[in-house]
Amino acid sequence: MAITRQDVEKVALLARLQLSDAELATMSDQLAQIVGYVDHLAQVDTEGVEPMAHAIEQLNVFRADAVDMSLPREEALACAPHHDARGYLVPAVLGE
Amino acid sequence: MSILQRTACELLRSLEAGEISSVELTTACLERISATDDRVGAFLRVDEKRALAQAAAVDARRAKKQPVGRLAGLPVAVKDVLCDRGQLTTCASRMLADFRPPYDSTVVAKLKAADAVLLGRTNMDEFAMGGSTENSAFQVTRNPWDLERTPGGSSGGSAASVAAGMVPLSIGTDTGGSIRQPAGLCGIVGMKPTYGRVSRYGLVAFASSLDQIGPMAHTVEDAALLLEAIAGHDPNDSTSLDEPVPAYTATVNQPLTGLRIGIAKEHFAEGLDAEVEQAVRAAVKVYESLGAKVQEVSLPHGKHGVATYYVIAPSEASSNLARYDGAHYGYRTNEQEMLAELAGERKKLQAAGDQRGVNELDTALVRMYRRTRAEGFGPEVKRRIMLGTYSLSAGYYDAYYLKALKVRRLIRQDFDRAFEQVDLIAGPITASPAFKLGEMTDDPLAMYLVDLYTVSANLAGIPGLCLPCGQSECGLPIGLQLQAPILQEESLLRGARMFEQATDWHKQRAPL
Repeated sequence: MAITRQDVEKVALLARLQLSDAELATMSDQLAQIVGYVDHLAQVDTEGVEPMAHAIEQLNVFRADAVDMSLPREEALACAPHHDARGYLVPAVLGE
Repeated sequence: MSILQRTACELLRSLEAGEISSVELTTACLERISATDDRVGAFLRVDEKRALAQAAAVDARRAKKQPVGRLAGLPVAVKDVLCDRGQLTTCASRMLADFRPPYDSTVVAKLKAADAVLLGRTNMDEFAMGGSTENSAFQVTRNPWDLERTPGGSSGGSAASVAAGMVPLSIGTDTGGSIRQPAGLCGIVGMKPTYGRVSRYGLVAFASSLDQIGPMAHTVEDAALLLEAIAGHDPNDSTSLDEPVPAYTATVNQPLTGLRIGIAKEHFAEGLDAEVEQAVRAAVKVYESLGAKVQEVSLPHGKHGVATYYVIAPSEASSNLARYDGAHYGYRTNEQEMLAELAGERKKLQAAGDQRGVNELDTALVRMYRRTRAEGFGPEVKRRIMLGTYSLSAGYYDAYYLKALKVRRLIRQDFDRAFEQVDLIAGPITASPAFKLGEMTDDPLAMYLVDLYTVSANLAGIPGLCLPCGQSECGLPIGLQLQAPILQEESLLRGARMFEQATDWHKQRAPL
């Protein structure tokens, strides 16, 4: 399947990646090559085959509904690139 | 003979008998690292102070006859993808260059509880994506057998550290072959356990339905020792299997009687290097001489393994790596520069009267994400995120992701059928011995195709092990892969040990 530069730009936005012009060009070629290879999956007869999302299929793993310790706020925030005492700080989302 | 020529099990016996101390052993490892690692580049960081302190503490407890853990005093190197509380855990990525996790991964916690000496952190392909360790953002790792060649990947640093005699044991992770392939290329033993056998809690996720942690060592017996210490159910990982852990070390030296070895005819098709084929066929002959019955089996969907894997693994990766957003932890782009860039673009669009362009311009938050990720991730990680996002996007989901999940089941069913007839499947681990550094960096698809023999075990969830079974004419190691049914690690280890006891390949050491 042909992958256009517009396709790659759209996917880069969905993936939250900023790609330079050079990267867009290389990525378009490489993705086309890889997707072209992957396309041979279409030839496999999978009529009536259930998809297998996990190697070992387990259902409904529950733990006891008990209050437990969680990571203290200050320890979680300590890893953040930008934070105050209460939460993570990000560029303003509202009111531009 | 240096004590570093000895196996982990031999060293443990010497430690227990008081013939050597952990400080002596740890010091020998540290000296070997400083003598050789500037050439190999296996370690990203060596924590000399902590290692010697742990070693001294174990020696003191042993001297006082106090109880000690299962690996007491044995140095272990850990791939830089497992959280170690308060210590750098970088995944060989700029994104996590300064990341100090606030908790221990279960495997690191188990190693600490077993009184292993945590020597340092090993290099890897960024976020474990790659097969040559060349995707590390920080350094190149070289194969101790030939410094012009790759150690394989993504656990290349863990493989090279053991192969170079810097450490008797190391921990790797395997999503599509990342323990077994570097073990094969470096002439050591590497094992990917059954999916769920070892807890993934605190393992930085790449592809959650495929990732598994496992041991790397000089011998199968050593791999059994390390697996026993890290395996087991963990309430913190809902995909870990609630099954008892057999005492692998207690049985590993017992040969299997009536062993049935399967050979998949598809493993010997076009593209397999003649020297590799010869070594693997010779290994099968060794099994026959040990009384094993060898028969042909068929894994007809194996040829679709790489395509299936390179849809599923990137899809899961694109979702898992969405967490690197510059807000919660890890790298973040310079905010002033980012805002200035956006303002400049807006001005340009307005001057050109492009109202649509203005409307479609990223918000500051979206641009913060995009720049952070553009600067924090390397090319291979970006490629996989793009590939996965594409496979999961509207219009392509059925054709790629869903289709791949169906083929995945067919691959598993091939194994289920084969294992009705045989106990283990033997075959090559890679089509050829270690390739040269730089040989494939411009051709991602060729690099992906190296995974032909390894990805199926991850897709099916079965355990696989690689052990040395020969050498090429130019002296490069050749690996033999053995695969077993779900949770049959015990027979996998025993079967592999039979070969090891009948041959000397595991005693060969890199000429470094």
